[in-house]
Amino acid sequence: MVEKRTFLSAILPHVVLILGVIVVFFPVYVAFVASTWDAATIANGQMGLRPGPHMLENYHRTLFVGTASSTREPVGNMMLNSLIMALMIAVGKIIISIFSAFAIVYYRFPFRMAAFWIIFVTLMLPVEVRIYPTYKIVSDLNMLDTYWGLTVPLIASATGTLLFRQFFMTIPDELLEASKIDAAGPFRFFKDTVLPLSMTTIAALFVIQFIYGWNQYLWPLLITTKDSMQTIVIGIKKMIVTQDALTEWQLAMTTAVLALLPPVIVVVAMQKLFVKGLVETEK
Amino acid sequence: MEKRTVFAGYSLPALLLVPQLLITIVFFYMPAGQAMWQSFQIEDAFGTTTIFVGFENYRELFKKPEYYKAMGTTLVFSTAVAFLSLSISLLLATMANKQIRGATAYKTLLIWPYAVAPAIAGVLWLFMFQPSMGMVSKALKSAGVDWNPTLNGNHAMLLVIMAATWKQISYNFLFFLAGLQSIPHSLIEASAIDGARPMRRFWTIIFPLLSPTTFFLIVVNITYVFFDTFGIIDAMTGGGPAKATETLVYKVFADGRLGGDLGGSAAQSVILMIMVIAMTAFQFKYIERKVSY
Amino acid sequence: MAEVTLSNIRKVYPGGVEAVKAINFAIPDGGFCVLVGPSGCGKSTLLRMLAGLETITEGECRIGGRVVNDVEPADRDIAMVFQNYALYPHMSVYNNMAYGLRNRKTPEDEIARRVAAAAKILAIEPLLERKPKALSGGQRQRVAMGRAIVRQPQVFLFDEPLSNLDAKLRVHMRVEIKKLHNTLKVTSVYVTHDQVEAMTLADMIVVMSAGKVEQIGTPADVYSRPESVFVATFIGSPAMNLVKGVVSAPGMVQLADTMVACSTGSVATGTAVLVGIRPDEVVLGAAGTHRTAVNFVEELGPSRLYHSTFGGEDFVIQAPPKSADPKAESLAFDIPHHAVHLFDAASGRRIG
Repeated sequence: MVEKRTFLSAILPHVVLILGVIVVFFPVYVAFVASTWDAATIANGQMGLRPGPHMLENYHRTLFVGTASSTREPVGNMMLNSLIMALMIAVGKIIISIFSAFAIVYYRFPFRMAAFWIIFVTLMLPVEVRIYPTYKIVSDLNMLDTYWGLTVPLIASATGTLLFRQFFMTIPDELLEASKIDAAGPFRFFKDTVLPLSMTTIAALFVIQFIYGWNQYLWPLLITTKDSMQTIVIGIKKMIVTQDALTEWQLAMTTAVLALLPPVIVVVAMQKLFVKGLVETEK
Repeated sequence: MEKRTVFAGYSLPALLLVPQLLITIVFFYMPAGQAMWQSFQIEDAFGTTTIFVGFENYRELFKKPEYYKAMGTTLVFSTAVAFLSLSISLLLATMANKQIRGATAYKTLLIWPYAVAPAIAGVLWLFMFQPSMGMVSKALKSAGVDWNPTLNGNHAMLLVIMAATWKQISYNFLFFLAGLQSIPHSLIEASAIDGARPMRRFWTIIFPLLSPTTFFLIVVNITYVFFDTFGIIDAMTGGGPAKATETLVYKVFADGRLGGDLGGSAAQSVILMIMVIAMTAFQFKYIERKVSY
Repeated sequence: MAEVTLSNIRKVYPGGVEAVKAINFAIPDGGFCVLVGPSGCGKSTLLRMLAGLETITEGECRIGGRVVNDVEPADRDIAMVFQNYALYPHMSVYNNMAYGLRNRKTPEDEIARRVAAAAKILAIEPLLERKPKALSGGQRQRVAMGRAIVRQPQVFLFDEPLSNLDAKLRVHMRVEIKKLHNTLKVTSVYVTHDQVEAMTLADMIVVMSAGKVEQIGTPADVYSRPESVFVATFIGSPAMNLVKGVVSAPGMVQLADTMVACSTGSVATGTAVLVGIRPDEVVLGAAGTHRTAVNFVEELGPSRLYHSTFGGEDFVIQAPPKSADPKAESLAFDIPHHAVHLFDAASGRRIG
């Protein structure tokens, strides 16, 4: 240790970090507290910082019954939609990008570089900047209000391909050579060597893409018109009637807690993979 | 960088690439091309006829004060969020990097907001600052501040900045911490032997060595504020009040959907695309991100 | 088991670099051939062409009489040991060895039998269930060899298999490989840049330089009758002394400041030559015809190196410790006729 340990230097980091943790937790804690009170208490501004007695009632009603004023759809159903969307995006992305990266790394064929660049440039085309034309194409393909419409346009992106390409480049050439001598063709090499070695990368990408998929906002907002297709992130927005006292805040906050719980659990439970995925997809 | 040994054949790799290329072309290139094409056209009120007008949409756009206003809003918003979230997370990362008890626990406790959807983050903050019964608003009112983000544009701006910053801290924290941990300890020791006090050491040794991370994060944060905060703005303010929180991206959405000005919206899309491409290129050029092709 | 024949083998890379230039030689059935040369001489490329990992630009490669130019590596009936071992990191030792057999649809009981036999030979039986990560360098090396052995191939290919090991282990494994070859008698091709490995392992050395074969022969041949200056300096440590000179009369070479008597054979008088003398073939003795000042001495233990100047060039004399005073300031010595190698100064080839 370079630094002398004074009382201040020992205590300061903890003070700063605890303050940081409080700031980070506070909004979520408030939402949790709100999810345990009744509408009247919240509307009168009497909520305070202690949890109330209505937790079970609120969660039950939110999950299985639905709010009265804005959407009749129970949030349980929305969560299912979100789950399906997140899984389809994560799994779909992994599959198509591991295949394309395998083709780009382990083959030489005409237009290989062209294919790589076609994929690469998509890094620069976030959905927000091409939103209406993409919507139009999806609608022309009759994919509005379908899981396919919700997910397929988000499945292709350079991130996964770049990540797998980067990882494949670190697999020693000799492993392919040994496999060739061991009579393994492309399928066997992929199945027996590349896939088992890629498991951590796959898991890391899965964590990141699951969060990405679960948290989608603009795209499902446009693509879903039916209540039954709504995702939870969209659902909550529709519960909040900005100018109005009609908002059932206790249910909105219950929904908020339910909406943030799954991805947060994924991050905390798979922290190592999450950090790996985050750092490597950005590199 | 290339593989020394590869497999022979064209059909299998082609087959493996088809899904991604197909999706990319249908959902990325066609829409982008279409946005470009639309930006040179005007559609009549009923959407029945379109005329090619060249750069007319762009000229119109740059004549409108709203567009400049949205630019200003975006600038204020992104600068504020980038500055705040970077400073706060650098402070937290510096503290967490000291060899203290529970450093990993702090890390876990600080990184999870990354997983919260922007729209949800917006709703959480909206609730606390809801003018009539929000917990913080009440405190502000009793302190004499007439807090009302639904009417006061500055308040609304402040609110989206807070929510966006809150959500981004975890990401920056993680990268700063990684950056700090990669600084060799011997350098810190050398500077201590050279007589640098902790504060001086931070600014003369650690901060300069961290600059690639900082620089990378600045670009990432600006991109984040440009695009990912759409959900925050839409959930919290809907761009209001009086377009006080309407950023460039939000304006593309609002003009195309509510205004029905597809040509104008497309022109804005194209400008945004150019901006993203510029930022990405910038990022690649200066941040030693090596894609060795 | 099989004979390996290379006829006019060339390798030209797409960029136009000619890595291997028209190589011809044959390895007899059961032979142990070592390709040796400095890095970039084309020896690894040649081996990889034999393995089928590089295409052969021109020429014909035969294994056991069959032309294998267009045969897949898997179908050449060869096995290879890689420099970094190339063990599948996610498979146990057993599965690493079994993989190639499984891919060839060998019955599981046969696989088990062969793996057990190979593990016994290599003394890695207790390691079969471990992953490569849990093995030491030497153990990994053995597994890599085990993977080759279980295949019972016609030819073993070794690509610098010992260069990732520390010095002591390297010597040990070298002996193991030699023993293994004596037991299995499978035709082997071994690439190395280490001349000691080449000398100790081979019954046939191919010295390569810049894509060409410099000399082919037994270790003894290559050492005692190097065909070129390159071979003379590459094989043998410390390297052969080379001194510029001119044949002044039959049996006599004029150096810068002295003369050396040797057999000049049919070399014409007036030919510019390089005189090669191995440091250990110099004979010290008070009555020696030559005398030189000693610049400095390196003590090796079993012998001593005297760095001096002879014929105007740096000159090393290797002698047993007892043959001279370690602090000697000058030495007298003789150069026996048979110790003198003459090379043409222009072409570098052996003459006389």
